[in-house]
Amino acid sequence: MNFETTIGLEVHVEMKTNSKAFSPAPVQYGAAPNTNTNVVDWGYPGVLPTLNKGALEFGMRAALALNCEITKDTHFDRKNYFYPDNPKAYQITQAQEPIGHDGWVEIEVDGKKKKVGIAEMHVEEDAGKNTHSPDGYSYVDLNRQGTPLIEIVSKPDISSAEEAYAYLVRLRQIIQFTGVSDVKMEEGSMRADVNISVRPIGSDKFGTKTEMKNLNSFEHVRKGVQYEAKRQERLLLSGGVIQQETRRFDEASGQTILMRVKEGSSDYRYFPEPDIPPLHISDEWIQEVKASIPEMPDKRRKKYVEKWNIPEYDAGVLTQTKEMSDFFEETVAQGAQAKLAANWLMGEVNAYLNTNKLELLDTKLTPEHLATMIKLIEDGTISSKIAKKVFKETISNGSEPRNWVEEKGLVQLSDAKVLEPIITAVLNDNQKSIEDYQNGKGRAIGFLVGQIMKQTHGKANPKVVNKLLIKNLKER
Amino acid sequence: MAINANEVEHVAKLAKLAFSKDELQKFTGQLGEIIEMVQQLSDVDTENVPVTTHISNSQGVMREDKAVPGTSRDLLMENVPQHQDGYIKVPAIIDESEEA
Repeated sequence: MNFETTIGLEVHVEMKTNSKAFSPAPVQYGAAPNTNTNVVDWGYPGVLPTLNKGALEFGMRAALALNCEITKDTHFDRKNYFYPDNPKAYQITQAQEPIGHDGWVEIEVDGKKKKVGIAEMHVEEDAGKNTHSPDGYSYVDLNRQGTPLIEIVSKPDISSAEEAYAYLVRLRQIIQFTGVSDVKMEEGSMRADVNISVRPIGSDKFGTKTEMKNLNSFEHVRKGVQYEAKRQERLLLSGGVIQQETRRFDEASGQTILMRVKEGSSDYRYFPEPDIPPLHISDEWIQEVKASIPEMPDKRRKKYVEKWNIPEYDAGVLTQTKEMSDFFEETVAQGAQAKLAANWLMGEVNAYLNTNKLELLDTKLTPEHLATMIKLIEDGTISSKIAKKVFKETISNGSEPRNWVEEKGLVQLSDAKVLEPIITAVLNDNQKSIEDYQNGKGRAIGFLVGQIMKQTHGKANPKVVNKLLIKNLKER
Repeated sequence: MAINANEVEHVAKLAKLAFSKDELQKFTGQLGEIIEMVQQLSDVDTENVPVTTHISNSQGVMREDKAVPGTSRDLLMENVPQHQDGYIKVPAIIDESEEA
């Protein structure tokens, strides 16, 4: 029997607003425990939460970027549950009227494009963080409590581990370009819950689904889905029954492990949040938010290929992150030829970032400096060999390339009057090479160029040297 | 009856309350009466009437996204029975995973 897999993903993304969703306490990753909280976050009696307009607008921004319809009349709901990371014993969320619905994103797996539907997207608040200790206690930090979140619920349109992976990569890219979140898995600003079921091909009913919660790496999602689909198939083939349960992906074994069996659906007793008045979102407001969304990666990629003659693959690499794409565009705006700027960013710059484990914006490189350096290469002021030195200096120490080149005397020698005597001297010292050349050994040229470079400390313009050298050789 | 003892027990459990047999019977009766009273509303024809989620007339109350430094941690910790290194210390409850 052959099976097909059905996967739905719920993805939580932490917004990078200045303040929390319903309290003005700061949103800041990595602060000392319980220093970014106030009485609203702690759920003190009598406090009144107020909606952060920025959080709602970020939610609208993400919804629009995910091609969602905006729910114009919307409100928040209370989801009730007890847990120490949630002192007021409820989460403010949107259960009935999510801000966005019926969107989609396009993914590509093995060259095949596919639209994955977004069922709904809502704004809610995050909980605090519990750290369990072997001493029998949990240690609670409420800094994260109230951080605005977007929850994105896909339709069950995903049918393989590779598609799930591609969907997450795409989602992260789109959200990152909206500027709503840093979407850093390692900092927990993006987390995924995976629902997965299998059914015999042709069956019109979905199988019973299991859930994996809080996966914090794309690779875990891929491996977890692969394992879980196989597990369910084997169980069904051996006459077993899938039960509705929550499982955990175990990194060490690559398996999914039973956490708990779900008995009926959870009872959160949702009701409209009385502290947050309902909202009406006007068309003008939607247009305003739409206009504030930075250009999306697909549009940028198209522009790079069609207007700037960048190969398709390179355009894809340059639009992986907004930082890289913005940097590239700014370098071009500063007068660098697009193709050269792309080559430098994908080559030397990326290599530098990988070697030093840095992010682009952590370095001292600026688009202005990169553009200046590229222009110095283009107009022959520096050789590409010297350019590597200039690059290292600029990216490590932030030196202005033109000044540094002049200061260090690295300007390329292109003047024939200066080069001629050096070439003559080198030829006089290397009679054997001249004979080799005359006997048709082309390699002799390389040796002679090397000698001239050595004499000029690498500053000679190789093009000019080649031309002059051949002319001199022919005259001998 | 509008509500039975099992349902009352379920709701009590969700609210982390435990009732004796007598209490359960008493509350089942009281809650039943309340629900029956409220249920009179279902006699009203609400066809084509939008759902009422809020009863105040205010709408779109928001604040700008400006951060205000948090309340002093020392002050907040004065109401915390047990704390350590800036964390609130509570008995470990591991079974329910974090919700969001």
